[in-house]
Amino acid sequence: MSEKTYLQALNEALRQEMERDPNVFILGEDVGQFGGCFGVTQGLFDTFGEERVMDTPITESTIVGAATGAAAAGLRPVAELMFVDFIGVAMDQLFNQAAKMRYMFGGKTTVPMTLRMPQGAGIGAAAQHSQSLESWFMNIPGLKVVIPSTPYDAKGLLISAIRDDNPVVFLEHKLLYGMTGEVPDESYTIEIGKADVKREGSDVTIVATSQMVYSALEAAERLKADGIEAEVVDPRCLQPLDKETILESVKKTHALVVANEAVSFAGPGAEIVALAAEEALEYLDAPVKRVGAPFCPVPFSPPLEQAYIPNADDIVAAVKSIR
Amino acid sequence: MALSKKTLIHMYETMNRIRLFEQKLQEFFAAGEIPGFVHLYLGEEAVATGTCAALTDTDMITSTHRGHGHLLAKGGDLKLMMAEIFGRQTGYCKGKGGSMHIADMHLGILGANGIVGGGGPLAVGAALAAKYKKSDDVAVCFFGDGASNQGTTQEALNMASAWKLPLVFVNENNGYGISCPQCKSMAVVDIADRAAAYDMPGVVVDGNDVLAVHEAVTEAVKRARKGQGPSLVECKTYRWRGHFEGDACTYRCTEELEEWMAKDPLPRFEAKLLESKTLTKKEAENIKERIVADVEAAVAFAKESPMPPVSALMEDVYA
Repeated sequence: MSEKTYLQALNEALRQEMERDPNVFILGEDVGQFGGCFGVTQGLFDTFGEERVMDTPITESTIVGAATGAAAAGLRPVAELMFVDFIGVAMDQLFNQAAKMRYMFGGKTTVPMTLRMPQGAGIGAAAQHSQSLESWFMNIPGLKVVIPSTPYDAKGLLISAIRDDNPVVFLEHKLLYGMTGEVPDESYTIEIGKADVKREGSDVTIVATSQMVYSALEAAERLKADGIEAEVVDPRCLQPLDKETILESVKKTHALVVANEAVSFAGPGAEIVALAAEEALEYLDAPVKRVGAPFCPVPFSPPLEQAYIPNADDIVAAVKSIR
Repeated sequence: MALSKKTLIHMYETMNRIRLFEQKLQEFFAAGEIPGFVHLYLGEEAVATGTCAALTDTDMITSTHRGHGHLLAKGGDLKLMMAEIFGRQTGYCKGKGGSMHIADMHLGILGANGIVGGGGPLAVGAALAAKYKKSDDVAVCFFGDGASNQGTTQEALNMASAWKLPLVFVNENNGYGISCPQCKSMAVVDIADRAAAYDMPGVVVDGNDVLAVHEAVTEAVKRARKGQGPSLVECKTYRWRGHFEGDACTYRCTEELEEWMAKDPLPRFEAKLLESKTLTKKEAENIKERIVADVEAAVAFAKESPMPPVSALMEDVYA
């Protein structure tokens, strides 16, 4: 076990899976010598060569589609899009081809493809390079949606995603690449669809994903000073969603706040509060609250961008409004 | 090109199988017995047949929403196809795919596709897998004139050529993208001209001449197997029916249809086989009779098969 960044954890997951299984390969824009837009694939080209770390033309549709076709033909591709925002270009190949192939073909095929995409605001990349689009993918039957927050989770979940026989959308957050944490050197898996309680508490459940987990933990520390013990639940995967862990926590704390960086309206939080309303309403002592981005594109200018991204203040305020 | 008698007879059978299968579908669709859409391949039989006769069982194809011909030519099972089109549990996709989504992984059929231009990137993936595994397989991407204008098709042509993938693009130019004639949707007359942009061979063949298609595709497949990269074979043909069954076809004239029907690929091929004494009239009749019986058996199989149970609704979403 040693301290590693989220980026190093992802890189290690890729390297170990490529060493383990010759059918695993990488394709995407600038993933080769360049090492990936954010550096996740660094060094892999030198080890595995261009036959297994493939630089593609800038053609998102064909990156996703070729990964899908290769997966259906027996390989385990890991495709990278530089930014999740580019999935719009390739959406047909993801939601009409990869996600539906198995069902449409009556279960006669599997599509063991992993699609890694960085998302999130905070680096001044503006509206077309900063979105959080997880709710798009949650809404498509056939896809799995993984959204890790810690280096430990990132490595274990990426290994699980690569070994999974379904198309997995793996959402990384740009601001998390530099985050550090304890990560075992050896290969390990984390079950896809299993939430993690990042902090235990008795008074309110904060379900938070990706980079908002850190804001939720910060908020929890501040709430502690006011005598409120918050439980922070990180689903880690939005599809499948670990309903049990969320409901268990809500039944214990009797209050729920959901925090995500995606646009709040029709966002991932809507599903989680609906879950509580449908299955744990009688346990709730207060209205549920959602913390998420406002209904506008991500702005460029730093003060606007900071105002856009939900933070610990927003979570504290939400909790205090119900507790 | 000296093709064996066995190959020639096989091609003759395949063309007739597609023709008779689809004529039966036409009948049942008109009778209201088939749910959803049916896009018939009638008139285009020579393209699928000539192409797939150049392939092995492990070679892969991606198809289109007009896919029955491709699937049958690649060896698709009449009964399983018929049952699928009738929405039955015994069909290729357990009744979940229908006409536009039939696949058979054992025959290298990566599926018909309901999205125009959807198959190009998938074919790149299939060809990439063949190259990666260092197998001798090639992939064929069937696509129409409409799909040739989609970005995905152009991306696939580019990537396949840049990576020298074992991929053959077989363009079925039937003159119309739904109702829009080619002259209104593109400036080029020959889609094969676009191959030049990707530095790959592009050839135009008479898509109603099964031997011409076969010869061109065989050449392209050879090149692909040798690691020399993709080719584009444009097959000029015509669809006899509308875009879908029930299409009133007001956008084209009867004369044009008649002109093309006079170029029916089946009697043309049959005449050649009779002339070269590869086939006798009697043998030809026997073949057709046998296929008629096979198609009837497929219909009976489909009709006797149960509809899928509602309990299957949520099955196979995930592996």
